[in-house]
Amino acid sequence: MPVESDGDPAARAAAGTHPVHNLWRLRPYLRPYAAEFVWLLVAGLAGTAAGIAVPLVVQRVVDGPVARHETAGLLQLGGLALLLGVVEAVLIFIRRWVQSSSAVGMEAALRADVYAHLQRLPTNFHDRWQSGQLLSRITSDLSVIRRFLSFGVFFLVLNLTTYVVVVVLLINLHPALGVLVAASAVPLLLISRRFGRHYHAASRRMQDQQGDVATLVEETAQGLRTMKAYGRGPELAARFAGAARRLHDTGVGKGRLLANTSALLDLVPNVTLGVVLAAGAAAAAQGALTIGELVAFVSLQLMLIWPVQSLGWIIANGQEAATAADRIQEVLDTPPEIVDSPGAVALPRDAVHGRLRFERVAFSYPGATTGVLREIDLTIEPGETLALVGATGSGKSTLLSLVPRLHDVTTGRITLDGHDLRELRLASLRRLVGVAFEEPTLFSMSVRENLTLGRPDAGDDEIRAALALAQADFAYDLPWGLATRVGEQGLSLSGGQRQRLALARAVLGRPAVLVLDDPLSALDVHTEALVEAALRRVLRDSTALLVVHRPSTIALADRVALLEDGRITATGRHSELLATVPAYRALLAAEPTVGHPPPAGASGPSSSPSDGWGLVRS
Amino acid sequence: MSVPEQAEPPPEEEPELTRWRGTATDPEADRSRAEDTSPEAVARLRRLSRTLLGGLLRPHRRRLAAAVALLLAQNAAAMAGPYLVMIGIDRAIPPLRAGDAGPLVAVAGAFAVASVTEYAARRGFLTLSARIGQAVLLDLRQRVFGHFLRLSVGFHERYTSGRMVSRLTSDLDSIAELVDGGIDNLVLAGLSILSVAAILLWLDLPLAAVTLFAFPFLFSLSRWFARSSASAYRRTRDAVALVIVHFVESMRGIRAVQAFRREPRNQRIFVALGDDYRRSSLHAFRLIATYSPAIKLIGNVTVAVVLCYGGWRVLGGQTEIGVLAAFLLYLRRFFEPMQELSQFYNSLQSATAALEKLAGVLDERPAVAEPTRPTPLPTGPGRGELIFRSVGFGYRADTPILRRLELTVPAGQTVALIGPTGAGKSTIAKLVARFHDPDTGAVRLDGVDLRDVRDADLRRAVVLVTQENHLFSGTVAENIRFGCPGADDAAVQAAARAIGAHDFIAALPEGYATQVHRRGGRLSAGQRQLVAFARAFLADPTVLILDEATSSLDVPTERLVQRALGTILRDRTALVIAHRLSTVETADRVLVLDGGRVVEDGPPAVLAEADGRYAALHRQWRESLV
Repeated sequence: MPVESDGDPAARAAAGTHPVHNLWRLRPYLRPYAAEFVWLLVAGLAGTAAGIAVPLVVQRVVDGPVARHETAGLLQLGGLALLLGVVEAVLIFIRRWVQSSSAVGMEAALRADVYAHLQRLPTNFHDRWQSGQLLSRITSDLSVIRRFLSFGVFFLVLNLTTYVVVVVLLINLHPALGVLVAASAVPLLLISRRFGRHYHAASRRMQDQQGDVATLVEETAQGLRTMKAYGRGPELAARFAGAARRLHDTGVGKGRLLANTSALLDLVPNVTLGVVLAAGAAAAAQGALTIGELVAFVSLQLMLIWPVQSLGWIIANGQEAATAADRIQEVLDTPPEIVDSPGAVALPRDAVHGRLRFERVAFSYPGATTGVLREIDLTIEPGETLALVGATGSGKSTLLSLVPRLHDVTTGRITLDGHDLRELRLASLRRLVGVAFEEPTLFSMSVRENLTLGRPDAGDDEIRAALALAQADFAYDLPWGLATRVGEQGLSLSGGQRQRLALARAVLGRPAVLVLDDPLSALDVHTEALVEAALRRVLRDSTALLVVHRPSTIALADRVALLEDGRITATGRHSELLATVPAYRALLAAEPTVGHPPPAGASGPSSSPSDGWGLVRS
Repeated sequence: MSVPEQAEPPPEEEPELTRWRGTATDPEADRSRAEDTSPEAVARLRRLSRTLLGGLLRPHRRRLAAAVALLLAQNAAAMAGPYLVMIGIDRAIPPLRAGDAGPLVAVAGAFAVASVTEYAARRGFLTLSARIGQAVLLDLRQRVFGHFLRLSVGFHERYTSGRMVSRLTSDLDSIAELVDGGIDNLVLAGLSILSVAAILLWLDLPLAAVTLFAFPFLFSLSRWFARSSASAYRRTRDAVALVIVHFVESMRGIRAVQAFRREPRNQRIFVALGDDYRRSSLHAFRLIATYSPAIKLIGNVTVAVVLCYGGWRVLGGQTEIGVLAAFLLYLRRFFEPMQELSQFYNSLQSATAALEKLAGVLDERPAVAEPTRPTPLPTGPGRGELIFRSVGFGYRADTPILRRLELTVPAGQTVALIGPTGAGKSTIAKLVARFHDPDTGAVRLDGVDLRDVRDADLRRAVVLVTQENHLFSGTVAENIRFGCPGADDAAVQAAARAIGAHDFIAALPEGYATQVHRRGGRLSAGQRQLVAFARAFLADPTVLILDEATSSLDVPTERLVQRALGTILRDRTALVIAHRLSTVETADRVLVLDGGRVVEDGPPAVLAEADGRYAALHRQWRESLV
């Protein structure tokens, strides 16, 4: 599906500067290969020169030894032709060998940079952009650019040079006919210009449509089970057929454009050749031109056919590369909004107490009219566990995502031990904060890798402790233990198993602040009790912010905050809120089928963090 | 990366590139079954891809014939050029010297005709071949996509979505590249080589014999190149697939990537994968960097030899000078396309490797196949009886999940499945939804083996709601309508109201028309579950399976959903898998599973009183409530 309007490439391209502007901006990627490129050109030009020389030798053969019946000269000139031929082949070999390594090297470097940039871009960006559109940029678009920067540019230079040299030689051989051949460049230029303009639009459309197809494929691959469950294969196939058909139509249009142009580009040199032949024959008849010269002239002129023919291909390739560069620069030009501010500091784990404070925090998704969070004032003391309770869609998960700065607050600030989160180094902050999301994200890689994610240095003991805490020891019993590939491709783990792995990941390395989004929702009662007991020990040394849906999990919290419609409407101990806040009671009271009355008055006004659960459990 | 039998992945072999992926439980995780490295498998795959190509081209026979005719015309016109040069030199210049311009005019006229013919034929051919090529691409794209949809869930779990994406994008791209810029050159080059060879033989036999001397070299060189580049390009296809899989997964999990500072490690892995791809491409490119100048060398040597020998023959008067000129020009037309051919041989090999991958996918038989002779499900009220008859099933042969399971669920009953992880709850759900077929025994719906039910009928009767709740891009309304594509807006709203999703949907920026993937449309996990519920409600199946479908809901919403379920489930069969006993308590019957066996079976109230596992869980649960 098309991307957002502000990411809309067509709009940008329309407003954009010169068509090849973005392509030009990619030149730093060629810089490491500047020396190679010079070699390339030298080898290419020398090779072409050797190729051009052969018809001249032929001319000498025809006009010299053949005309004068000298066998010795024939062998000499034949030897020269052989030498030139060998030199040409060797030069081509050198050129292609060098060319291939610089081409793929450049492509790999650019791909790595785009990937690095995408990893820096905030979740905002990724919510907006379909990954299929991103994928088509790092695959199709990059290989188009690779083809152009390695072959296209090179052949453009080489062929233009060949053209000029051959035309000069032709003028030298026979000025009038030579000028005629030179004049044939004018229609060629006109044809190419017109073609370039039309092709630009067509290739942009094509590349965007390729992105759409990739997006549809990606989405279908992701939603495959849902598709199967409802038997909606035919509908999705129809949807795909629509996108594929649009791609087809654009392809046919592009093909027609290319066909017309390339046939025209063929016609012009052929007509010129015909005229040259007729006029040359006439000249030869009058003795103004030797037969050998005529043969050489025609042979040389035939050498122009490939450069001219390839012109269409090179222009097409150049246009595609220009639009591909546009598409890639769209991504590279998006500034990462969440970055280290100048002078950001790193906090060592040992120096952190863990006092997390929200000061008049408001948040709205960019472009949205209504805010998700408003005037959040909240302080979580070191070692305290705060449970966030609220109805579905009240903004709980958004609030959590502000702590590791997956989003930045719109107004207000969040501080950790008095430091604004935005003044901390991003890497440092995220090392201090352990997160488990509502959906456990597992990648198709080993269990160990899934657990350690950003901490490849984590030791076996740490991993063991984290797995034990999350009741995820089952990982050791997998067919290859921690080396077993899980995620999409590996074992299909149950929801509970995935959640426990995600929890182990969050607590690995004892982060100073834990942010857990409904971390026990998929666990059965028995496992939940075990995890709770273990979590409690960890929560004693970390500041924690939990999203909780179930009364049973509330037991982990020292204090509860009620989030209603983006605002904190009540904070206090579970029992207090249960007794005094009807909205809270409605959300968290034990189900009516069981409903026993809340233990009223069980809470005192001052509660130390450690006696919290005791009261709740009573 | 094939997987060894031993328990540990191979040590010390570029740990960056291999170890992080871990070892898959299925040794064929990385490829389709048709792909293998053994020579027989390679040959089979090549055969498959040829058959595929034949099948793709067959509908275009007429257009292909027309294209070939145009191509022949273009080729003939192009070949006329040097011949006319020869005529011009040998036959037109002498009369011209005598004052007779007639032959020259005739030659010039013939040249003009040839040029125009070439123009028209080339234009026609290119247009036509673009049409055929694009039609073939469209057909191939749809075939592969459709086939992916037909393949079972088991296949997809093994193959991964990233690899499916890679097949349908990168592989098709490389075929498209050939279609866009290669076919004409390829065919034309082949054609002109043949016709030039014929003309050379006809022009001057001894000279042609010298030329033919180059053929064995050309032939064996091409054979070497074809072989080595085929395997080189196969490797690039695999390498690029890994790049794509990693890319797609890390973009999809970007929140986890950022929150856990995975970026540097991801970058290293991505660069390593990209480097592997770079090296495999470089290898392929270097092959051509050798092949192409080698062809050139053979051509140049031949030209030099022909020049000497031809010159000597002209000296001896055995050959006319015009013939020699034409011969040399034709030689250029002979080796030049070989040059081009080698350029496009590249795209051809790359496309061939891609086509083989696609042929491998198309060869994959769906493990859960459509019945050849379907049995219609009985209709009318009171349907939905489910029977498991001696069902055995395991995801892997050596670890059975279910063993000879016997179970009868009468029509209209709501059954709750509980038990520890790995007990087989979700497996039962998946078998009823026919994501897999049982290894032994049968699952029957209203007396019909699920294997005999057409997919469309089965999906109308059975709907599985999991905690996955995938939302497709599009509006909220479209996502609910996914359950029943024919439903109108009123029905969609009614469904949302029935399960209590209407209020939050109405509060979205554009209500039901809100795009779920656009900014501001990002739904929370709970909201997505509600949409999924509305979808299932709208689908109105006879059998509803809920696998952890309410885990992310808050208590009031869950209560709302449960109340709705009370009505929804009244006249249908339901299997409910839930960890929360509040959901279980409303069921007619509870099955406690352990190790793939039913260990307790009865109404919840009765089981709660008994002294079994359910009773224990029930006690624990009550204690967990405040």
